[in-house]
Amino acid sequence: MTTFLGMPATAPRGVGQLRGDRTFPQAAHAALGDAQLRRNLRHATATIRSRSGRVIAELPDWQQLRAAGSALKADVMARLPQLLQQLEARVSEAGGVVHWAADAHEANAIVTDLVRRTGSDRVIKVKSMATQEIGLNEALEAAGITPVETDLAELIVQLGDDRPSHILVPAIHRNRSEIRDIFRRSMPGVDPDLTDDPPVLAAAARKYLRETFLSTTVAVSGANFAVAETGTLAVVESEGNGRMCLTLPDTLITVMGLEKVVPTWADLEVFLQLLPRSSTGERMNPYTSMWTGVTPGDGPQNFHLVLLDNGRSAVLADPVGRQALHCIRCSACLNVCPVYERTGGHAYGSVYPGPIGAVLSPQLTGVADNASLPYASSLCGACFDACPVKIDIPSLLVHLRNRAPHPRAERAMMRAAAYLMDRPRAYARAQRAAKLARIAGRRGRGLPPPLSGWTAGRDLPPLPEQTFRDWWARRARAAEEA
Amino acid sequence: MSSRELILGRVRAALRDRPRPGPVPREYRRTFPAADLDLLVDRLVDYRAEVHRVGEADIAATVARIVTGAVLVPEGLPAAWRPAGAVVDDRLAPDRIAAAAAVLTAAAVAVAETGTIVLDASPDQGRRIISLLPDVHVVVLRPAQVVASVSQALARLDPARPLTWISGPSATSDIELNRVEGVHGPRHLHVLLLDR
Repeated sequence: MTTFLGMPATAPRGVGQLRGDRTFPQAAHAALGDAQLRRNLRHATATIRSRSGRVIAELPDWQQLRAAGSALKADVMARLPQLLQQLEARVSEAGGVVHWAADAHEANAIVTDLVRRTGSDRVIKVKSMATQEIGLNEALEAAGITPVETDLAELIVQLGDDRPSHILVPAIHRNRSEIRDIFRRSMPGVDPDLTDDPPVLAAAARKYLRETFLSTTVAVSGANFAVAETGTLAVVESEGNGRMCLTLPDTLITVMGLEKVVPTWADLEVFLQLLPRSSTGERMNPYTSMWTGVTPGDGPQNFHLVLLDNGRSAVLADPVGRQALHCIRCSACLNVCPVYERTGGHAYGSVYPGPIGAVLSPQLTGVADNASLPYASSLCGACFDACPVKIDIPSLLVHLRNRAPHPRAERAMMRAAAYLMDRPRAYARAQRAAKLARIAGRRGRGLPPPLSGWTAGRDLPPLPEQTFRDWWARRARAAEEA
Repeated sequence: MSSRELILGRVRAALRDRPRPGPVPREYRRTFPAADLDLLVDRLVDYRAEVHRVGEADIAATVARIVTGAVLVPEGLPAAWRPAGAVVDDRLAPDRIAAAAAVLTAAAVAVAETGTIVLDASPDQGRRIISLLPDVHVVVLRPAQVVASVSQALARLDPARPLTWISGPSATSDIELNRVEGVHGPRHLHVLLLDR
């Protein structure tokens, strides 16, 4: 296949964090053996679920807000070229500079170059999924620039030389004593008698980062929303580290996925109600910062917005799959997912874990590169119910399973099954044959190779004593005789 | 081909099926009764802000009671509100701002339903940095600035201004989901809600 310029393209290999080095079953198998991890996760997801349910119940119009959010996102996708150009024009008019990055390589190069031109060898970072997706920290380090994560959880992950495991609470897999140990080991100047009391740990992070905030001249952020109509960017957060990064430096560089644009200022009324209640289970997160270009005398005087494709156009090209781009990264689907709760986020291999990761990552990379992820689900549908913008994740999973490469034996079997089911008489004969096989006394509940893999983790349902066809025929005969 | 043209071309190619989504259903609440000040107070307290219901004449005295140490104020803050010895932000350096015990500002809008206060960097609120570095933030709120909902707040705000939405003091839930106040922003938020 030839790649044509201007055709939708998936995220490139060898950069960023969208592909794991193991399949989901392999990684999940390891995670399932970690009792501490499962305890931490169960506690965390149950806590967020109950909190979120409480504040959602306060809004009488939650379902109407979801419907509006869903429709708004569909509208954004349909008008994406126009909205992006409008956003670009408004940001530029307000004194910002807009850059377009076709993939992770280009985005990293743009940001690295912008930082270099400031002369700074350090950047402070607001927690951002987009910059993790493209592996920006690794690219900056390779260029001799130190990226400092300022979100407490991201700092824990960075100091622990670890990877985030949740979209919203990246260090959810760590408990307080693990965090204390990481701080003691890796935080410069930390009190060696640090206890594992959460306020004490938070205070240690505050002390450690204060000086860095005040002395670093460049910040990198993501964006939760970008308003096409006004050119306004928005970042929601809790700790104030976001405000620090968005206010104190001279230069602000924001990396944003193309899909984050919303049409109008007033449309924020939908998303600012949906996001905090779905994600942290708060009526509103402690801080939301909004800015439009640069404001003379207040905040960064140089603002750069990097619009990132990195596979999004490929997701958009699938009329069924494109709704994965509606995601507002609230992580509600993670917190209700029985699979995520047991395996944790690392098992998904990508920075996007949980149900949304299982549909988003394979589409961003091409299904072949993440072929096990569409199977990382019980298809129970809890994620669909929880999603504030009504992404039909279960249907997307099934859709992607159909696009995933299947082993030859499985394909052959499915073709044979389809052939039989198309031909009633052959099907009846096959059923009789299966019954005979059972009578013949085959022991065990597994399938023979090459299908044995399917029954390695599942019980084969017992064949019924009587097929429906037999029952129906007998019933008809009985009626005739009576 | 520039990356801009490349990406816009890819996005256009991706939309070759010409999706035509229906109109956005706007059946969620869009009209609201008058803002409920008691609800606002309840929400603020729930977020561990401290609320003081005072008359305009009592602002300076109330601030003096809450704060011991230097109080920073923006240049446009009404003179009558300033406690004795207030330090005016006339482009102070960040370390001077961080050294202040507290900052006293006005606000632009508040949302009763969520317990949120919005600053829009008007002269009586000052630069964003001054409400960020001191450990205590005291906000003066007039009843007429309180609206019921997020949508009403957006309608009152000017997106061209830098906006800071504040719901309680700085907080984190990153350690076993225990809420801890004061990671990087102000550790204490006091709201002086004026009488009608």
